Amino acid sequence: MANPAIEIERLTKDYPVGFWRKKMRRSLDHLSLQVEEGESFGFLGPNGAGKTTTMKLLMGLIFPTSGTARVRGRSINDVRMHREIGYMPEQPYFYDYLTARELLAYFARFFGFNAAERNERVARFLSLVGLAAAADVQLRKFSKGMLQRVGIAQAILHDPQVVFLDEPMSGLDPVGRREVRDIILDLKKQGRTIFFSTHILSDAEMLCDRVAVLLEGKLRGVGSPGEIVSMEVQGMEILFEVGKERTLPANIAARAKNIGNRYRIEVAEQELYAVLEQLRGCEGRILSVAPLRPSLEDYFFNLVGRQKSQVPAAEVGVR
Amino acid sequence: MSVIPGVVAINTFREAVRDRVLYNLIFFALMMIGAAILVGQISIGIERMVIINLGLSAISIFGIIMAIFIGVGLVYKEMEKRTLYSLLSKPIRRWEFLVGKFAGLLLTLVVNTALMTLGLGAALYCVSRKFERADATILVAVYFILLELALVTALALFFSCFTSPMLSTLYTLGIYVAGVFAPGIQGISQFTSNWVLAVVTRFIYYLLPNFHNFGVIAEAAHGDAVPLALVWHNTVYAALYVLLILVASAAVFSGRNLK
Repeated sequence: MANPAIEIERLTKDYPVGFWRKKMRRSLDHLSLQVEEGESFGFLGPNGAGKTTTMKLLMGLIFPTSGTARVRGRSINDVRMHREIGYMPEQPYFYDYLTARELLAYFARFFGFNAAERNERVARFLSLVGLAAAADVQLRKFSKGMLQRVGIAQAILHDPQVVFLDEPMSGLDPVGRREVRDIILDLKKQGRTIFFSTHILSDAEMLCDRVAVLLEGKLRGVGSPGEIVSMEVQGMEILFEVGKERTLPANIAARAKNIGNRYRIEVAEQELYAVLEQLRGCEGRILSVAPLRPSLEDYFFNLVGRQKSQVPAAEVGVR
Repeated sequence: MSVIPGVVAINTFREAVRDRVLYNLIFFALMMIGAAILVGQISIGIERMVIINLGLSAISIFGIIMAIFIGVGLVYKEMEKRTLYSLLSKPIRRWEFLVGKFAGLLLTLVVNTALMTLGLGAALYCVSRKFERADATILVAVYFILLELALVTALALFFSCFTSPMLSTLYTLGIYVAGVFAPGIQGISQFTSNWVLAVVTRFIYYLLPNFHNFGVIAEAAHGDAVPLALVWHNTVYAALYVLLILVASAAVFSGRNLK
């Protein structure tokens, strides 16, 4: 049987704190998980949850207090593992005296590409991330969004099988986010394994086969977005408009929220048709009717809220 | 053999060039032109000696300043700016990165020193309109300065692996100054009647890099030959010492958690 793309076993990281550095603060607590080949895996959690610590441990930038991890069967201490992976750090920083083209050519040299291959790859990947026009501009003149794109380009420059992206959407405008999303989807289509951390839960819901939720260094749940949150319909949402001369029925007026010249109301599934009937009675214009399902975002905030109120969080589908 | 240190070294050299580090050559050139004009007017018969003394001292001081001030930021700056994150995710070992950074700064210093030596040669020719056979000692002095710079760079790189640039500068400069006065430290151990002090100073004498042995500027200025044995001794000494410091740096840096 093929090795999982990423295997993490009881990975723990403690940091010394205080003046004498005798106290230890646990940043990651016995994290165990597996990511299969070709999977798109989202790593979710608030700031300080341990997401970046996990990424840095996997990249060998910091060393675990205990536990082990392997990527495509190779230990994270094995330098050959780095040939098969690409990594984009959170808020990537690069040598700002280099141009984007020079930086990518510099990184390409570590993979043994000859000059022709380097030039071809650098041009192709700069074009892929939309930086062809800025290829010869020094990075010190780049915006945060442009640096983020350089970060993605350098991570996938050598066609790695496993791509680690730490907050790839942060700092990007909506167009940039969409482009990054498309790149991730494209990598996924090519059968690459993608492991990315994000705060933007809608992106995780859209892109991930599975997600893991991390809170205060502990794994709280692993599963597909659908497994993590119940897909059971919890009610219906109606969006409607009514003329100014019309008066809403009292039971609806009490519950509807006014958004500009529109109204939004949440009703139980069984009262949907009665409410629609009432709206038709007052010549309301129905704009949309949609089922209400808890989102990953709801699950996430629920979990954070429970943690803050000291109620032990339930472990959901941990494997 | 791994080509990775070479790749890192070339980039380090490029960084130095783009940070306009070689602009110090302009100051050196102006100083040598000024000295050539002034020396002709104030010193009769010793122009060559003054120019050689001044030129070699300037080459050494400029080099030491560059080695320390760039060296102390070699690793620290990369950790602080997090440029190491992307780099170390590539198939590169930490020791390869360190050797590359060391070689890159050394290459910068060699180029800088070579250009300054050309400047010194030009100033010397302007003053005396000829080169003498004894001037070859100037090249030996320049070679010793380069050995000295290699040692200082290695020291700065070592401190850069675990402490801030300010402390690294203090430590490196402190060791350099103490190393220049190494015979004085040895003298204390020989002449003191306090055996504890004798043991401590002897230990310090052997531990510190002996920069005193690299100083042949006076010999070069007077046109005295430098014994070949000293050239060999200094070469082997500097090579071993640099190797030792690089191994220690790699040991420290390989276990270091990045911020």
